[in-house]
Amino acid sequence: MVDASHDGNDVITPAAVEDVELYHPHSWWTRYVFSQDAKVIAIQYACTAIAIGLVALVLSWLMRIQLAFPGALPFIDADRYYQFITMHGMIMVIYLLTALFLGGFGNYLIPLMVGARDMVFPYANMLSYWLYLLAVLVLVASFFTPGGPTGAGWTLYPPQAILSNTPGGEWGIILMLVSLIIFVIGFTMGGLNYVVTVLQGRTRGMTLMRLPLTVWGIFTATVMALLAFPALFVACVMMLFDRMAGTSFFMPAIVEMGEQLKHGGGSPIMFQHLFWFFGHPEVYIVALPAFGIVSDLISTHARKNIFGYRMMVWAIVIIGALSFVVWAHHMYVSGMNPYFGYFFATTTLIIAVPTAIKVYNWALTLWRGNIHLTLPMLFSLAFIVTFVNGGLTGLFLGNVVVDVPLSDTMFVVAHFHMVMGVAPILVIFGAIYHWYPKVTGRMLNEAMGQLHFWITFLGAYLIFFPMHYVGLVGVPRRYYEIGETSFVPASVHDLNVFITVVALIVGAAQMLFLFNLVWSLRHGREAGGNPWRATTLEWQTPQTPPVHGNWGKELPIVYRWAYDYSVPGAAEDFIPQNQPGTLGVTREAVA
Amino acid sequence: MAVVLVLVVIAVGSVLFHLLSPWWWTPIASNWSYIDHTLVITFWITGVVFVAVVLFLAYCVWRFRHDPGRRAAYEPENRRLEGGLAAGTALGVVAMLAPGLFVWHQFITVPPDAAQVEVVGQQWLWSFRLPGADGKLGRAETRDVSPDNALGIDKADASGLDDIVIEGGELHLPVGKPVKVLLRSIDVLHNFYVPEFRAKMDMIPGMVTYFWLTPTRTGTFDILCAELCGVGHSLMRGTVVVDSEADYQTWLAEQPTFTQLQAQAEPVGTPVPAEIAQAPGER
Repeated sequence: MVDASHDGNDVITPAAVEDVELYHPHSWWTRYVFSQDAKVIAIQYACTAIAIGLVALVLSWLMRIQLAFPGALPFIDADRYYQFITMHGMIMVIYLLTALFLGGFGNYLIPLMVGARDMVFPYANMLSYWLYLLAVLVLVASFFTPGGPTGAGWTLYPPQAILSNTPGGEWGIILMLVSLIIFVIGFTMGGLNYVVTVLQGRTRGMTLMRLPLTVWGIFTATVMALLAFPALFVACVMMLFDRMAGTSFFMPAIVEMGEQLKHGGGSPIMFQHLFWFFGHPEVYIVALPAFGIVSDLISTHARKNIFGYRMMVWAIVIIGALSFVVWAHHMYVSGMNPYFGYFFATTTLIIAVPTAIKVYNWALTLWRGNIHLTLPMLFSLAFIVTFVNGGLTGLFLGNVVVDVPLSDTMFVVAHFHMVMGVAPILVIFGAIYHWYPKVTGRMLNEAMGQLHFWITFLGAYLIFFPMHYVGLVGVPRRYYEIGETSFVPASVHDLNVFITVVALIVGAAQMLFLFNLVWSLRHGREAGGNPWRATTLEWQTPQTPPVHGNWGKELPIVYRWAYDYSVPGAAEDFIPQNQPGTLGVTREAVA
Repeated sequence: MAVVLVLVVIAVGSVLFHLLSPWWWTPIASNWSYIDHTLVITFWITGVVFVAVVLFLAYCVWRFRHDPGRRAAYEPENRRLEGGLAAGTALGVVAMLAPGLFVWHQFITVPPDAAQVEVVGQQWLWSFRLPGADGKLGRAETRDVSPDNALGIDKADASGLDDIVIEGGELHLPVGKPVKVLLRSIDVLHNFYVPEFRAKMDMIPGMVTYFWLTPTRTGTFDILCAELCGVGHSLMRGTVVVDSEADYQTWLAEQPTFTQLQAQAEPVGTPVPAEIAQAPGER
């Protein structure tokens, strides 16, 4: 390991790391509600995200019921069906996954893992959460407006999104755009915090190349989000103008239901470019934190250093950079200039190389490891299986001409659910089982966790693996009902019923998980400070759960990388990052 | 050891499902069997990788599972192994990308002798236009759409007057002749999608998009809309019939031209299925 870091002996002691009494909260309100403590904000983010995620879960049930048993629930008409798919998609991608990974895990883990007392701008951090909550409330409000929420599909493609005959064309679309705008503003406040904290708030000895991969994943994803979300922001503002002020950014001449509209000259495809310039990095904004977290889970629970750490870091950074030049692979059949296809297919398939390296390195970390089949490890294994599956089908859709028959079919739905729905959510579960003991001081119940794991993993695979073949047959996505066709055999309907039944069961299993979260608060086994015998700093806090300020009087000093597991000659099979010594990857060892 | 068993079952079961399940693409009816071949190559390469990775995981869990006294190896890096794996992956990527780009080149290179057919989408109806005796399609604009001119054909352009207009009916194509399908929409995004043709493309108001194909067998095929276009999206169906040359000519002779349609002077409203015609507020 090349390691040009400082260790405890050769740095000037910074003056500003002392715990300042002044900024501790003094009342219940400032401690638990309008809190500026990143750990409390993290829990607020997580609870809000999970709550709105439950709405998305119920919506997915409803649309699966419609697909398997058309007409069984009479209130699901075509309008509502399209409203359900739209809200399900937007909630899951933005309000659950992005918020939970960055706002939830980012807030909790960044300061603890880099050895800081808190985020560098605690007040902006607090505002970030409250703006996020406001965005969620505006979104939820659209369910209660005349006409309901928008049913334009989560991609919000104009002109359809803002026409009056689209479900939610009256208020739903306006509230959706306003909610996204608020979300981006709130996220920017949080995101700047995460980036500056990682760059400026690290404790002594914590060089960039000693950061746990969790921090690398969240950090890179945040930088990407700060660059990608502005595209979504301007797209939303422009569309809001089109809808409310009569401009025509995205609106060409249109005859709607026999009537000439007062629009003209705009370009619907420009919106698609803006949307996917945000939308593709967004996939990796969700995936990179999952990559980082799962690396740490695998390493800790296999008692082995992550294999090829530097390669893992560079893979994260390269994937982050490349993901900004692949966006139009979502648009191969959009009618854009077909010559773009060469470029975007090439960049898209190149991204497979660093991604594959990550998969190999996770697998090679298990090789000659000491694998404890704990819940975090089980979820990590399940992540690798589903991520590899979903990543490989991405090679179909990224390879421009292969995408042509599959585009806009259920194959796409199966692919993106596997790769950015199931896989990252399995990491979220693994991460919650892993860090819950630090957050609460108690372990989650193992038996409930095992049941939850098996139903979720096997169920999710049974839902989405066969779904690819529904798309291969040719069934388009976003169909209220497939109806009569000459090419869809009746057996596809049986498969749809099977998928729906499994989806209902998997959804129900999540209630068990939520029950476990609440039940274990009181009844879980006492965890102690470092139940997994992990090396990273968050497990070395003087108190568990960590108190405001995290570290007591003295900040920890970091002497080594985050992966000194099973170091030959060491008494224990782990050496915490803040433990001096010559064994493992320290400056002395490599010099 | 349940985990090991499950991982093996997933690897083997996924392959068996792929080989044995009845769900596969519908028989092709166009020249784009190259696309199918590229897809099959991709299935093989990705299938091998998937099975290899999952079985490797299963082996690791079985072989290196924790038992008292086990200690993990300590090996931060192995440059040769990492480099080799990266190179192997790059090779696999090239093996998929090269044929993909090659076929894409064919896909976007329209043969010069291709006939032209225009497809016009609107909520939620397919219309078609074929060049008349002059072999040219006349100019058309969304601005010119009116009740008696549903496709917005420019009456000032002489080459449009003999165009054959089919509103809401069947499209016929002659077998074995390359055809460039020009796509237009007058309201929202649509996508002209015939599963048997493999090709599809979005239709965008304000633009003309296209793809080309050569129908390779006669028959009647469904046209579906593959881009969400509002509440009637799944009801937006049409029919394309691939005819022998003789049948095609018979059919063509029966179709009215734009001028003949104008002469009938029958106002043509926008057809809207009754159950989806209600305003959003009425639910």
